[in-house]
Order: sequence, then C-alpha cells, then structure tokens
Amino acid sequence: MEFAEFIKTPMVDGVTLRKPFCKPVEGTLCITGHHLILSSRKTNREELWLLHSSVDSVEKRLDNTRGVVMIRCKDLTRLALDIPSATECLNVALSIEQLSNIDDITLKYPFFYRPTFDILEDGWQAFQQGAEMSRYKECMEDWRISTANKDYKLCQSYPQSVVVPKGVTDEMLAKVAQFRQNGRFPVLSYFHRDSKAVLMRSSQPLTGSSGRRCKDDERLVNAVLGIGIRGYIIDTRSQSAVKAELKTGGGYEPEAHYSQWKRLNQAIERRQVFHESLIKLIEACADTGTTQDKWLSKLDASGWLGHVKDILTCACLVAQCIDKDAACVLVHGSEGVDTTLQVTSLAQVIMDHDCRTFTGFEALIEREWLQGGHPFSDRCAKSAHAVTRQRQESPVFLLFLDCVWQIWQQFPCSFEFTEDFLIVLFEHAYSSQFGTFLCNSDLERKCLKLHSRTISLWSYLNRPEVLGQYINPMYDPNPAVIWPSVAPQSLTLWSGLYLRSQINQSKQQEAWTEVAKIREYDKELRSKVMKLRRHLVFLEQEAVTAGVILPSTLNGDIN
Amino acid sequence: VENVKLLERFSSRNAAVGTLYLTATHLIFMDSSGKKEIWILHMHLAQVDKLPLTTGGCPLQLHCRNFMCITFILPRERECHDVYTSLMELSKPANIESLYAFSYTDQMDDYSKDYGWDLFDTKTEFMRQGVPNDQWVLSELNNQYEICDTYPKHLYVPSCASTPVIMGSSKFRSRGRLPVLSYYYIHNGATICRCSQPLAGFSARCVEDEQLLHAILKANPPSSYMYVVDTRPKINAMANRAQGKGYENEANYSDIKFHFIGIENIHVMRGSLQKLVDVCELKNPSMSSFLSGLEASGWLKHIQAVLETSVFIAKAVLEGISVLVHCSDGWDRTAQTCSLASLMLDPYYRTIQGFMALIEKEWLSFGHKFTDRCGFLGSVDVKETSPVFTQFLEAVWQMTQQFPCAFQYNERFLLTLHDHLYSCQFGTFIGNCQKDRLDLKLSERTYSLWGYLNKRSSSGVACTTGLRQGCILETR
Repeated sequence: MEFAEFIKTPMVDGVTLRKPFCKPVEGTLCITGHHLILSSRKTNREELWLLHSSVDSVEKRLDNTRGVVMIRCKDLTRLALDIPSATECLNVALSIEQLSNIDDITLKYPFFYRPTFDILEDGWQAFQQGAEMSRYKECMEDWRISTANKDYKLCQSYPQSVVVPKGVTDEMLAKVAQFRQNGRFPVLSYFHRDSKAVLMRSSQPLTGSSGRRCKDDERLVNAVLGIGIRGYIIDTRSQSAVKAELKTGGGYEPEAHYSQWKRLNQAIERRQVFHESLIKLIEACADTGTTQDKWLSKLDASGWLGHVKDILTCACLVAQCIDKDAACVLVHGSEGVDTTLQVTSLAQVIMDHDCRTFTGFEALIEREWLQGGHPFSDRCAKSAHAVTRQRQESPVFLLFLDCVWQIWQQFPCSFEFTEDFLIVLFEHAYSSQFGTFLCNSDLERKCLKLHSRTISLWSYLNRPEVLGQYINPMYDPNPAVIWPSVAPQSLTLWSGLYLRSQINQSKQQEAWTEVAKIREYDKELRSKVMKLRRHLVFLEQEAVTAGVILPSTLNGDIN
Repeated sequence: VENVKLLERFSSRNAAVGTLYLTATHLIFMDSSGKKEIWILHMHLAQVDKLPLTTGGCPLQLHCRNFMCITFILPRERECHDVYTSLMELSKPANIESLYAFSYTDQMDDYSKDYGWDLFDTKTEFMRQGVPNDQWVLSELNNQYEICDTYPKHLYVPSCASTPVIMGSSKFRSRGRLPVLSYYYIHNGATICRCSQPLAGFSARCVEDEQLLHAILKANPPSSYMYVVDTRPKINAMANRAQGKGYENEANYSDIKFHFIGIENIHVMRGSLQKLVDVCELKNPSMSSFLSGLEASGWLKHIQAVLETSVFIAKAVLEGISVLVHCSDGWDRTAQTCSLASLMLDPYYRTIQGFMALIEKEWLSFGHKFTDRCGFLGSVDVKETSPVFTQFLEAVWQMTQQFPCAFQYNERFLLTLHDHLYSCQFGTFIGNCQKDRLDLKLSERTYSLWGYLNKRSSSGVACTTGLRQGCILETR
C-alpha cells in the first residue's frame, strides 16, 4: 500500500498514553495506514483508535533517551504519548505528521472503511431530492423544479435540480447564472407555511463599479413578489465590505433596478476572521493557568461570541421578515457558500419545528450545506491548531452548530436531540470514516462516486441504537416559532465542546442520565395509570352486569 | 391608595396600560385587561430614579434588590413625584420595629408564629457532627453573652483549654470573637475553627491566645501543624496592624502555617455588584462591551476567590489538618468560606434541611450583620451594606452548576432565600446577631422563614434528589 513509505515505525512498545481525566495507560502503539492505535497488554483492549485525518497538529519534545509526542485533534481534544526512545519518538511524530496531511482524497479512510453494522436505510438515499421536494408541495403553484443545472453546467456548487419561480425559464436561468458569482443564481431555500413567504439564497450580483445589469436577474427576483408587495434582500456583509467588492467585480442590487426590494446590511465577519477567532478561543481555553480576569478578556479578545451574536442576529432578522412581516427574503453575502448558509439554515431552525428533530436537522444539513455547496473539504481541512496554507479553512459550520447550541440552550425542551448530537456532527465534519462530509460540492461527490464507494454518516447515525444515545429526555415537540435572545447577556460559551479537555463533563452527563431516568419513570407511571383506569372501567362494568353495584353510582368514580 | 393611569415597560416594546396602587407594604401594578399583575414589596426596592421627562409622560425607574428593573411612565409629573417620595420613605423604614415582618400575618394560617424558630439549634447541629466528644466540649462562658455579644450562647472549645485561656484569648481578639469550633469533620477529627483578627499590632502577644491555638491543634492529635487562614489581602492586614489589630506572628505561635488569601473587603464587593448590575442592565450592548464590562466589575473574580479559599480549607481538612479562619471581624469573609468549605465536605448541608442548619449556624448564630449588610433600615450607613450573603448564595449556585446531582435544592430555592433575605417578611434575617434577635423577641413577634420553607419546600426541591455521599471539590 502507498502508506508504507510514510510509516517509519509500525509498532512501539512501552508507550504511555495520557489524556485529560483519564489515568495514564501503558501499551503498544501501532501505526497503520489510517489509524494510530494503542492497545494495552494488560487489559487486552484498545485504549486509543485515532484516525490520522483527525490530527490537527503534532508536536514532539525530546529529552535525551525518551520523548513525548503531543497530538492536538481537529475535534479540539488533545492527548500525549510518552515514548521510551528518542528515535522512535521522532519516527512516530513524523509518520503521523505525514499521514495526517495526505491530500489525495481517494486515499482517505472512508474509501477503505467497511461497516461493522447492518445498514437499515442507506443514508445516501435518505434525503433524495425527490423525497425532500414534498416539503414544497404547497408552493408548487408558483415554483418549479428546474434541471437547468444538469451536468452542473450553470453552477458547479449547486445540485443538478433546484427550485425556481415558475415563470422563469431555463434560458433565463442561464443568463442569471452569468450575472451571479460562480453561477449561484437565486433559488428557493425555504417556504414558510404560516406566512406563505419564502426564503431564497444566492451569491452576489456581479454589478461591478460600472453598474452592470441583468434584466433576467431582475425578472427572476421580482417574479417572487406580487404587485406592490415588497421583499427584503439581506446582505451578510457590511456596507464598506460591499463597496470594496465593487472594485473586484462584485456588487449589490441597486434600488433603481430592484425597486420592490429593500436592501439591509446585517454585517457578519468574513470567514478568514472566523478562523483567527477560533485559534484565539482555543488558546484561551487551553490556558488553565489564567485567572478569571484574564480568562474573560481572552474570551472577549477572541471575538468568537461576537460572531455567534452577529450570525444569530442576522438569522433572527430574516426569520422576523418572513414570519412577522410575511415578506419574502433573499439572502446573500459574497460567494453565498458560507455566511449565507449559516443564516438561511438558522432561520429555518428558528421557524420550522421540523428542523429541530433528528431527521429534520439532518435533512437541513443535507439540503442547505451539502447540496447547498458549502466546501467542507476546504473549510474543515484543518481546525484550531494548525497554521493554514491555503487560507480556505474556516469554522463556518462549527459556528452554525454553536448558534444552534445557543438556541438549544435557550429552548432546552424544543429539540429532539442533545448537544452531544451537535458535537458528533462537528467531529464528523472534520474527520470521519464516513463519506458524507467529503468533497466540496455535489459535483465532486458525483465524480468520485461517493455514494457507492463510501458509507454515509446518516446510515450509521440513523440506527435506533445509535440515535438513542442522543435523544433529549426533555423533548416536548413545540410547533411554534422560537425566538432566541441575541443579547450578549444570553449568549454563553459552549463549554461542553470547547472546554471538554479542561473541565470534566462527567457530572453533567450524570445529571442528564438522572433526568432521563426520571422521564422514563414518569412515562412508566403514566402508562400504569392508564392501565389501571382501563382495568377499573372493566371491573365496574363487570360489577354492574353482575348486579353488585348500580350503574348510577359509577359516574363519580370514573372522573 | 393612589389611583393613577400609567404605561408600563418591562424591557420590551409592548407596553401595557394599567393602574398603579400603593399599599402600606406593596406597590401593585394592574393591567387594565386584568391579565398582568406585578407586586413589588417596598422592602425590595433598592433604588428609585426619576428619569428625564418624555413626551409620553414622566418615567420612574425602579431597581429592585432581587435585580428586577422596571420602568413605569406616569402621565403627570406631580403624581410621579408623589409616588417617588412615598416609595423612598416606604422602602427604608426608620426603625426596626416598622419592618414588614412585625406586621405580616400568614394568610394561609396553617402554622403559628413560633413554628420554625427552634427547628435548627446549634446544639443539635453539633451533636450531629459528633460534638461534644473527648476533644471538644461545650463552654458555658458565653451563656449571657458576657465574653462576646456577637457570638452565640453555645461555644465549642477544645476540652484542654481552661477558662482563663478562653477569657484571655477573647480579650486579645477583635470584639472578643475568640477562636471556636465551626465544623468537626468526624472522619478524621480535623476541624474548621473561626475567629476575628488578633489585636496584635506590631509586637503585642497574648500567651492565652497562643495556648488556645495550641489546644485546637492538640484536639486533632495525628496532625503536627495547623493552618491559620487570613482571608484578607496581605496589604489590608498590614494596614490593620497600624491600628493595633492585624495578624498572628508566626514566631509566637508554635506549629502554625500562616496563609493570606486575598478576598477583597465589603466595600469592594459592594462596588463590584453595582458595576455588575449596570452591565447587565445595558441596553443593546455589543458582545465585547458586555464581556469587558463583566470583567471590569470583578464580580466573578471575587466569587472565584471565595470559592478558591473554601476549596483550600476543605482540602486541608480532608487531609486531616485543622484550619483556623479569620478576616477582620470574622463575620463576613469568614462566614462565607467556613460555610462553603463545610458544604463541600458534608453532604448533609446539600439537603434542604442541612442548608438551613448551615445558615442558622454559620451566619445567624455567629453574628453576620444581616440588618446592616442588607441595609434594611434608613438609619444604616451605606458603607455598612454589602452583598456578602448574595455572594455566598451565588457561590453555592456555581457549585450546583458543577455538581448538578449533588444538591437536594435547586436554583429556585436559592432565589427564594435571596428574595426573603430582603423582603423582611420573616424575622429570621432581622437583627445583627443572636443577642439582637433575642432582645427583639423575634420568635414571638414574627414568623420564621424556616417554618415557612419547611411547610412549602416541595417547590424548591431539585428534581434530581439522588444525593451523593462524600466530598465535592471545585475545580475552575
């Protein structure tokens, strides 16, 4: 296999593994093509089974005869390996370093992984567009499914079929695609049943400084609105950022040509800033020596919660326009694959209770993020510990999950899943044995035939024994729109994720187990009551037929 | 009762119109549709502000001691002024006998006034801990509050300490608050003791005091030394030296290890809470201004300091080393840290009953000056007020967050305690020490909060009552 050349030392004895909140374990370390494995001779058990692709950075510390390899993972956890020989230590570090940085996507583990479970339902088929389209049944009078993007000719980051206004022909779409960055013409993202308003997304129009126009683009967006009805275009960039983009050919929809639309700038930082922020945040979290003073100013300096606030604020604004004003909304930033998707998907979590269930949330991710063309491969190549080369990395998806967690925190009974479910999604987005989050777009996934060559994360997650771990015991379906507070006073750091290597989460787990037990007991008692009631009715009828009691004395008892 | 039409704003845009009533005890707002009703106890008003006149009328902003903030808009300025002056008078009665507790009668009438006053007495609590025993005995010396009027009647001292030693030591301690037992850890015999600062000045020493400390050490035979924890910052303790007070000279006391911890004084805490409240009431702050404001308030830093000190004490006791804790007078920081350390060590204090017993012992009987610190009366100097007990409750809350399954009570119980700390509906927190409460005959004239909570405690019970044994210690 090609990996052999990278593996300098396939096996080292007498290695000690140290992880937060665990006793150090000694064992034999093995390096395989995809995994770093440590098994303890004593217990005959694997204490560590780590994918190379989940390694974010490797550091080594030598001390004459022995050495330590410190590994920081993309999922923000960390571990250390004490290795008895200095040469072995260097070899191990180098091997991991190289194996974790293999660029060829087809060499990644999902292409080699064979599931050890029976697939009940193939995750690749679970959210086929056809099935998903039933969501839009009610608006199909005004909208249609277009296959204008067949063979990805118009837009490489869109799926082959998209939902567009009925009055717009495929020829018009081709022209509009020319006018929008990377061909991302406005498409339907969400139809709100309560107000009949729709949410659309796109990339920026390429007006440039000369003020180019595209009649078909204007026709397309106006086709959404009735006569005299106004809609909102929500731009996720600041006004100055928009001006800067004019020079490079980007732009915005000028009032003169889009007179029915009101443009609002609800600024969210650019994705490069997110990445810097995450690095600072994780540095602050890792520094356990800080006093309260420094901790708060470091948290502040990272700017992370500020981004969370900005994104949530924008999503709330969108939801408000759609739900309260019953107005149609078009959201875009620049490329329309980062902040745009954060906002459109969060707005749906707020407005659509279906998105707060397991399947609904998975469908949302499939629809908005995977089909929507968020470049997962690029964005999640590295996380908080690595110096990035391509500057494509950015925790855009993590920020989305963080925002969902903030809402979850404020409405703990309105979500079917626990925060662990969000953490699992985060982990798999960065490194996984499943193919779901590989590649940057539907096109790339089709080219590599991921659906036949790899296993879908959904196939794994959606089995009852797995999903069961993530059920929120407090869930009480709530069909209403939920309005999160975006005041800084209400936003907190997601310590279950960012501080899980610093603060032991076992006490929180214990509390959840306790809550689940109580809910279970409550359910049991309720069904017992039901059973006893039924039995009582039966006995009473029997008594009446036997003539032991008179029917008239019964009424009071039943109530 | 004034009858005024007014606009009400409660931190949101939709205003309700209704009527404002002033009664002898409450300010009541009633929505004209009858849907909304707000009752504010006059005692809960911390601050009343008249804001600048607007087109809508004359706004009156009320800041409550339970951190609620409400703004009413009154149509006419004269009425606003009248309400303002009435509230100012009503929220701070001039003398102690006009506090709400003295006029309050329970509507439900399911228990009598004397119920609850004797639920928790110090003797039973120490009995539970395993005292008196061979090493510790009950001293009768303070039965009439002769040697220290801010201490309880019943003092527990080492059995080998003679009367002259105790008398001598009390003369050497600020306000006579000599070292006595606060908590006996039955598993290893180590203890937490508490006192006030010694009147050491720069060179004074007191043989009896040294003997008493030695006796405390000897009461825990396996240990060869004990800690003396001064919870103040060193600089404050040095400043006290110049006034003839100060701290123990390690050279004079054999086998003690001396520690300064650095919890700030009541004035710093008062300022800190005010800053915190201001930050929390900011309208539309940015994330950054909120976080930096939170940091600048220093509130969390102070909570952390209090908890850290308590962890230090609890850890020492776990390791079998006795600890003597003091600050200046030994009724603020000492009460906080001794009670929190006991809470970490002893699961009993994490039950509802135990928590009441803890407050009764460490706070009420050992003379935390509730009336002064909470500023119940108009006559109380503002400089004497400080959110010491609030801080204690928050520290407990922080622990409930970290150990959600270890406590029988929940956040609501702590909030109820805090509300009634300031409501003065019950006599429990009135007065500055045990002697005050006896002199005021509170147990005959007012209801006890413990009785009330005992009758209605089911609402404060945390849903996870699987009580864990053993100790819990804070981390971060």
